[in-house]
Amino acid sequence: MGEKPHLLVHDKADNVGVVVVEELTAGTNMLCVVTEDDSDFRLTVKADIPIGHKVALKDLAVGDTILKYGEDIGKMIGPAETGGHVHTQNLKTKRW
Amino acid sequence: MLDATNMTVNAWRRENGRVGVRNHVLILPVDDISNAACEAVANNVKGTMAIPHAYGRLQFGEDLDLHFRTIIGTGANPNVAAVIVIGIEPEWTKVIVDGIAKTGKPVEGFSIEQKGDFETIRQASWKAKEFLHWSTELQKEVCPMSDLWVSTKCGESDTTTGLSSCPTVGNMYDKLLPEGIYGCFGETSEITGAEHICVKRATTPEAGEKFMKIFQAYQDEVIEPFKTSDLSDSQPTKGNILGGLSTIEEKALGNLEKIGRSSTYIDAIGPAESPDKGPGLYFMDTSSAAAECVTLMAAGGYVIHTFPTGQGNVVGNPIVPVIKISGNPRTLRTMSEHIDVDVTGVLSRTMTISDAGDALIEMIRRTANGRATAAEALGHREFSMTKLYRSA
Repeated sequence: MGEKPHLLVHDKADNVGVVVVEELTAGTNMLCVVTEDDSDFRLTVKADIPIGHKVALKDLAVGDTILKYGEDIGKMIGPAETGGHVHTQNLKTKRW
Repeated sequence: MLDATNMTVNAWRRENGRVGVRNHVLILPVDDISNAACEAVANNVKGTMAIPHAYGRLQFGEDLDLHFRTIIGTGANPNVAAVIVIGIEPEWTKVIVDGIAKTGKPVEGFSIEQKGDFETIRQASWKAKEFLHWSTELQKEVCPMSDLWVSTKCGESDTTTGLSSCPTVGNMYDKLLPEGIYGCFGETSEITGAEHICVKRATTPEAGEKFMKIFQAYQDEVIEPFKTSDLSDSQPTKGNILGGLSTIEEKALGNLEKIGRSSTYIDAIGPAESPDKGPGLYFMDTSSAAAECVTLMAAGGYVIHTFPTGQGNVVGNPIVPVIKISGNPRTLRTMSEHIDVDVTGVLSRTMTISDAGDALIEMIRRTANGRATAAEALGHREFSMTKLYRSA
């Protein structure tokens, strides 16, 4: 296998993916792989995002539901553009 | 792919037929104030091990039942050959001794009142030495791998655990449960956000209802009265958040990857309870704190623990080898002395989940045969009692 993926996505329905390499820098044209079916696509990351953190796969607005594993993991409380960082600053559980 | 059928390990067959993968002689305190005597005995007789802990006085009701069950279960675990029990007074000491004696293994109790530490230590040391000589001559035998009881709990999780190390454990269960092992997962609070999926993974509607009752009781009795935000900043933990997990739902979905694709649980049991419905997977009501959870599963009779970690949890257990699995390349780069199974290849797409599951099964086999885990090599012996409410 050649190029290693920068981003893994669990499910086709997901609107976020996970950075799986260290020292990812803004502007990198990422190789993104969907683990469910091994399909891949390209996406340019907009910020320096640490390994393990999430990247928006589309423009996300306040109130949008975030899907990972094809499941609801919470809602946006701040916006994120495509390729932007999604974490506790803009994503929160709906439970509490 | 590895063939999981007919795999064997060299291990100790105990008096009650269970298979143990370690051969400890324990010096077990009934209560906190007997720790010093136990540690003195373990110092006198090399090769024995004291397990000091924080509680055991003025407990009552369900909390006392759990204390007794945890101490008795620890002594009864097949990884333990023989046990010295020391308590401040004879009656509760006898409760523990009688509980452990049901396994048929050698166990002897000593109490401190009317004697003092010196005389108790003298008497207990003689018996401990006798147990050590006896246990060190016990021979291992070839046992089917299917006789192993293998538990799981993840810790310092991040987004890589849900992608790699947790599905590795799930793949192991999907392959070994059909062979006849006992499995166990728990972490009641950490199912929050995935309870709708977990309830559907029960073998029977009754098992699912038991799980939901346990889950709801923790929500109603503990979370609702004491919550602030995201479980008081504890779920996800600060370590989870550094690792990229944002919400409890995201953490729970990754956590549940540990029970694989096809495995279902046949019962939901209380903390430190021993499963009694035959081989298969069980849900145990436990804390999500690593040492507390592993302690409860060990007391339930599990002899090997599989522990996926993302950011690098370092936990071990005094009697049960804890196998660490990680897929986070940064953790493998910065703290590899804690990791037994490297599954970073899952993230770089050079290793499939099935390859990773095979690697874990192979490490379980080697660990059962005697390989010291990273946690054992580094002296991690965390033994943490779960306490349900304040003592009287």
